[in-house]
Amino acid sequence: MAARRMNGSEIVVKALVDQGVDTIFGYPGGAVLPLYDALFKQNSVRHILVRQELGAAHMAEGYARSTGKVGVVLVTSGPGATNTVTGLTDALMDSVPMVCLTGQVPTHLIGNDAFQEADTTGITRSCTKHNYLVKNIDDLALTMHEAFHVARSGRPGPVVVDLPKDILQGNGAYRGPDEFEPKRYRPRLKGDRAKIEEAMELIAAAKRPLFYCGGGVINSGPRASKLLTEFVRLTGYPITLTLMGLGAYPGTDKQFLGLVGMHGTYESNLAMHDCDVMIAVGARFDDRVTGKLAAFSPGSKKIHVDIDASSINKNVAVDVPIVGDCARVLAEMIKIWKGRNLAPDAKALAAWWREIARWRAKNCLAYNGSDRIIKPQLAIERLYAATRGRDVYITTEVGQHQMWAAQLFKFDKPNHWMTSGGLGTMGYGMPAAIGVQIAHPRSLVIDIAGEASFLMNIQEMSTAAQYRLPIKVFILNNQYMGMVRQWQELLHGGRYSESYMDSLPDFVKLAESFGAVGLRAERPDQLDGVIAKMLASDKAVIADIRVDQTENCFPMIPSGAAHNEMILGPADRAKKPVSEEGMVLV
Amino acid sequence: MADRNDIERHTIAVLVDNESGVLARVIGLFSGRGYNIDSLTVAEVDRANKVSRITVVTSGTRMIIEQIKAQLGRLVPVHKVSDLTDEGPHVERELALIKVKGKGDRRVESLRIADIYRARAIDSTHESFVFEISGSTEKIDAFIEIMRPLGLVDVSRTGAVAIARGKGGL
Repeated sequence: MAARRMNGSEIVVKALVDQGVDTIFGYPGGAVLPLYDALFKQNSVRHILVRQELGAAHMAEGYARSTGKVGVVLVTSGPGATNTVTGLTDALMDSVPMVCLTGQVPTHLIGNDAFQEADTTGITRSCTKHNYLVKNIDDLALTMHEAFHVARSGRPGPVVVDLPKDILQGNGAYRGPDEFEPKRYRPRLKGDRAKIEEAMELIAAAKRPLFYCGGGVINSGPRASKLLTEFVRLTGYPITLTLMGLGAYPGTDKQFLGLVGMHGTYESNLAMHDCDVMIAVGARFDDRVTGKLAAFSPGSKKIHVDIDASSINKNVAVDVPIVGDCARVLAEMIKIWKGRNLAPDAKALAAWWREIARWRAKNCLAYNGSDRIIKPQLAIERLYAATRGRDVYITTEVGQHQMWAAQLFKFDKPNHWMTSGGLGTMGYGMPAAIGVQIAHPRSLVIDIAGEASFLMNIQEMSTAAQYRLPIKVFILNNQYMGMVRQWQELLHGGRYSESYMDSLPDFVKLAESFGAVGLRAERPDQLDGVIAKMLASDKAVIADIRVDQTENCFPMIPSGAAHNEMILGPADRAKKPVSEEGMVLV
Repeated sequence: MADRNDIERHTIAVLVDNESGVLARVIGLFSGRGYNIDSLTVAEVDRANKVSRITVVTSGTRMIIEQIKAQLGRLVPVHKVSDLTDEGPHVERELALIKVKGKGDRRVESLRIADIYRARAIDSTHESFVFEISGSTEKIDAFIEIMRPLGLVDVSRTGAVAIARGKGGL
């Protein structure tokens, strides 16, 4: 078949359509004008106009994480491209599939410090999974297809395609996805059989087993979560999830011990510390999970399933490494378990659950209630109660509110929880909520926010207004950068250096100025009413929930401490000062 | 058995697509993650398929070496990563051009030592020689040290290239 001739911009749009893209998030500018012209002349791809390019990146992340599809960003050269860097880094750290198309000055001007020129591939090399500068129009179509292949295959991540203006305007041949052969980048999906066998022996013989699972399960697709749930129930073993993994296993199930790590539950962290066999699936032993490495789960044999070989043995040496796709490996594990009629050591398992029950009895997420002032934990509990049974997607900003949400909001399904885990990007939540709402127009999408983070990308409320997106921003407003304040209280003698949020806007009026609904709750007795009003509204809502300014997020494993040295609450704090060594860590 | 915290020196061969930015990707990986590069050489080895071979000599604990290989392996333009140090015997060579300046006895002495080391004079003036020497990194180190008091002026080294012994290819 003769290849069809078209201009570069048409090639890009055609490639997007052929890759199944129906929505992109972007902002025009000089270098991408030809591409915007091509978008104008078609109806297959919907463009969402953002207010700042970082907003587009976070929206694409929210879109991608709530659908499992590749999120697509389109920005101009220079500042357009550099503004996406935080979003690209965020997507890299949290393994979010994304393709970011950046305009570039014409090829003959590259390197001349031209207007709005930036070395985009140079700048983004370390914050993308891969990037391309297209210098020849004949490479354009296949480069686009490879970009999508790289973004979504293996451990997903962001890919930048830098498009010089003369390439967008030149004429070339289009080649479809069927002509693209992934000659390079072919990640290993099938786990090594011998290693899986070895793992199964350990799993079946375990006396104090624990599943420790993360975002890799969610990235492997909904089937992986189903298989994980099946396998965990078959074994009757306890499971804990990382911040990125919430929803991979039903949060309301009795075998679920809650979040693991720095602000994880007492039972999760002690089970991590004391287990004899750890079954890590799609989790990467991040420092927020392990705490002090030298004291991390000292007595356990560790099995690690991950699609990314570089995630294995990076921080923690494991006994049985299995490189492969979580769903495939879990399916094989279940087959072996059933096929050989494997069964847990019932007596040992019962004793292990009794021990866990003792830890659970500490009720580590309890807090001191108040009838005068709204406790942030109460706000999340009431929000959760009011939305149970509804089709709800939660995004968050970064800080205390994020940790309380992770502790208290229960997710029974994957892809319903979007938070910036690895990079910890304040300002992520509201644009991410917009991306989620675009993908799920009829669903309830709530950004559980802090007032400081929310202000970081506040301009995107205008995007929500333009597309009439009924996102709900639920601000736990303590007038502080809460987590900074908490660390200053715990580690720096209560010297609250620059963490107070002075001169905050009136969030109710701010909402109204964006055509949204503004609500406020200042006392506990107003809370349920405000939540009900927020949920009943078919418009965007900003709910300003004035919460206790001094509340700290517990439990907490202080920096430099081990899992079994966690601080349970304010009363426990005085007994466990943070070490000098720990203060150096973040 | 070697302690897991011992520093090991490994020679790693990497086959990559010879495309713009590929070297920056490899070097950026080392600098971004704090790995050592003792030496690095690169040149195209298959013109028809545009494939280059990078030989990198690095050092680190066993866990770091494994991590380096895994990180290299997941770069998109990387086709193959081979740890020559681990995968059986290999030969390793480095080429150096060494300029020595001197007159009279020192000049004669430098020529005599070059002969012992099987270095060739590839440029000479009344006051200088440029020697070409190839061999192991240690041999070249030794040659440079011995030339230093004899009027060493300039050194240009390629860094190590290496290949596995036997009939197998990468």
